[in-house]
Amino acid sequence: MAKITLDNLAHSYFPNPRSEDDFALKELNHVWTDGEAYALLGSSGCGKSTLLNIISGLLTPSQGRILFDDLDVTGASTADRNIAQVFQFPVVYDTMTVRDNLAFPLKNRGASAQYIASRVQQIGEMIGMEAELDKRARGLTADAKQKISLGRGMVREDVNALLFDEPLTVIDPHMKWELRTQLKSLHHEFGHTMIYVTHDQTEALTFADKVVVMYDGRVVQIGTPEELFEKPEHTFVGYFIGSPGMNVIPATVEGNTAVVHGATVKIGQAFGSLNGKVEIGVRPEFAKLTDGEGLPVKVRRVEDVGRHKIVRADLFGNDINIVASESEVISSDMNRVTFDPARVNVYVNDWLQEGEAA
Amino acid sequence: MDKTLNQKAWFLVLPVLVLVAFSAVLPVMTVVNYSVQDTFGNNKFFWAGLEWYAEMLQSERMWDALVRQLMFSGIILAIEVPLGIFVALHMPKSGFWSSFCLVLMSLPLLIPWNVVGTIWQIFGRVDIGLLGYTLDLLGIEYNYTQDIFSAWATIIVMDVWHWTSLVALLAFAGLKSIPDAYYQAAKIDQASRWNVFRYIELPKMMGVLMIAILLRFMDSFMIYTEPFVVTGGGPGNATTLLSIDLVKMALGQFDLGPAAAFSIMYYLVILTISYVFYTVMTAMDKKEG
Repeated sequence: MAKITLDNLAHSYFPNPRSEDDFALKELNHVWTDGEAYALLGSSGCGKSTLLNIISGLLTPSQGRILFDDLDVTGASTADRNIAQVFQFPVVYDTMTVRDNLAFPLKNRGASAQYIASRVQQIGEMIGMEAELDKRARGLTADAKQKISLGRGMVREDVNALLFDEPLTVIDPHMKWELRTQLKSLHHEFGHTMIYVTHDQTEALTFADKVVVMYDGRVVQIGTPEELFEKPEHTFVGYFIGSPGMNVIPATVEGNTAVVHGATVKIGQAFGSLNGKVEIGVRPEFAKLTDGEGLPVKVRRVEDVGRHKIVRADLFGNDINIVASESEVISSDMNRVTFDPARVNVYVNDWLQEGEAA
Repeated sequence: MDKTLNQKAWFLVLPVLVLVAFSAVLPVMTVVNYSVQDTFGNNKFFWAGLEWYAEMLQSERMWDALVRQLMFSGIILAIEVPLGIFVALHMPKSGFWSSFCLVLMSLPLLIPWNVVGTIWQIFGRVDIGLLGYTLDLLGIEYNYTQDIFSAWATIIVMDVWHWTSLVALLAFAGLKSIPDAYYQAAKIDQASRWNVFRYIELPKMMGVLMIAILLRFMDSFMIYTEPFVVTGGGPGNATTLLSIDLVKMALGQFDLGPAAAFSIMYYLVILTISYVFYTVMTAMDKKEG
C-alpha cells in the first residue's frame, strides 16, 4: 500500500507533440492518498485509461514523474511497481482451471503452496465461485470470466494499489451491484489504494470516497460525490454528473444578481466585475416551476421517471430541465421558473467562481 | 412439422451435381474402374476384382514408400511447426518492417513447385551449386545423387525453406488477434516469457496452428514435383515417396491396375488422417465455446 504522487505528469501519443492539443493527458499534479478509493470518471477518450496505464506502468509518460510513497517509479516495470489491474474485458488463462488462474500471480511471485491454497479458497468464496474452482476457465460465461479477473487482481494482499479499468462493463446489472459492494467491503477490510475508471456516474459515486472527473485530458475536479453535486468546479462536471445534468445558462452578473436576457435572477453570493464567457449553473433539483414570478419558460414535455418528474422546457431558446416532486401538480399556466439563490453557481469560461457571501 | 413436398427443388441442386460429377466423381470412377480390371493392351479389359488391392497390400514396395512418406511428413512437421511459431514470435508486430517481413516471407510460397525443385537441384550440385560447392570445399561429404543422407537432407531443407513461411504467417495471424490486455495482465501477474507463451500465445494460436498442421500434412503427404526434380526418387529408391512411386508405376511401367488400386488406397489414407484431424479440431472448438 502506498501513497501515489503524480508530479508534472503529461502524456502524448505523438513522438513530438507540438501543441497542447496533441496531449492525451495534460499536465497534472496530484497525490492519491494511501488507502483511499478513487473513481476516475469521464466520457470516452478523456484520457482516463491513459492515466491508469501510466500509473500501472504499462505506459511511460512523455513528461513528469510518478512516485510510490517517496520512491520514483517512472521508469519501473509493471511487476516492480507491484500493482494489480483489472481490465475492461475479461482476461483469463483459458487452459487453466479457475483455481490455477487465481493462484497464478501468487505462484509467479513464489508464495508457499499452503498460503496459495488458503488464499485462493478465500478469494474464490469472495467472488462466489468456490463451486467452480476446479473447472476450466475456457467454457465459462463472460461475467464468470470477469469475476476471475477481479479475483486475480485481488489475490495479492501486498499490492501498492488496485486499478480497475471499467471492470463491470460486461457484467449483468444485478451482479454489478453485488461485485461493487464486495469491492467496497474489500476496500474497508484491507485498505488498499483503489483507482476505479468508469464512465458510469452511478458506479463512480457509489464506489469511491473521492471522484476524479476528467475532461479532454484534464482533471477538472476531485471531490466527494457531494461536492461534485453541489459545487461543480467546471460546467462539464455540472452536466456530466446528475440526471439530468446541471442547467448552464448564459448571463451577465452584477453584484448579487444575474441578468438572463433582461430578466433578473437572485444569487446567493456577490461578485465584482467578471470578464469572459459568464454563465450561471443551476441543478434541475434546485429549479422550480411556478405560475408566479421568475423567468419565462415554455414547457415542452414532462417525463415521469417514477421517483420524480422531469420538466423539459425552453428558456429564451435554451433547453432547461427542472425536477419536480412526484406529488406536484403541473398545470398549463405554470410558465415561470425560479432558482434557489444559494444553489446558483457562477462560471467564467467554464470554471466556477467564488464570490463573497451576500 | 409438415414439410412441403416439391420435387422441382431437385433442379436447384442439379448444377452442383453436374459440376461435381464432371470434376470429381467421373475421374475418380475411371480410377476405380482401372483398379478392378486387368488389360493386356488393345484397350481390352478383363475383370480382376480385388486382386490388385490384395497385391498392393502385400507389396513391399508400397509399404516402403509409405514408411518413407510418413517419415518425410513427420520430419517436416516437426521442423516447420516449431520453426514457424518461432519466426512468428520474433516478427515485428506492426509498422513498415512488419509488412516487409510479411512480403519477404510470402515470396517462397509464390514460387512454382518445379522451379523450387530446380533451384535446389542446382543449388546443391557439387560442381556448380553454391551450397554443394561450399560444403565440398569445407570438406563435408555431400552429394545428393549418391548419398542417402544428403538426398534426404536436401529435400527436407527444401521443403522447410518453401513452406515454413506458411506456418509462420498463420501463427502470426493468430498472435495478432490476441488483445493487448492479455499481455498487460500477464505483466502485472509477473508471468515469465515462457508462461506467456504457454498460457496465452499457444492456446490462442491453437486454432490456426491446427489448420497449418493439417495443410502441411496434406501437402507434404502428396508431395511430388520438388523431390522428383531434385533426386528423381534416388539414390536407388531412397527418396521415392508415395506419389513418385505411383507415377513410376502408372506411367513408367504402365501398370494401370495396380497403380489405380494404389491411388485409391493412397486417397483413403489421406482422407482418414484428415478426418481425424478435422474431428479433433472441431472437438476442440466446441470445448472453447
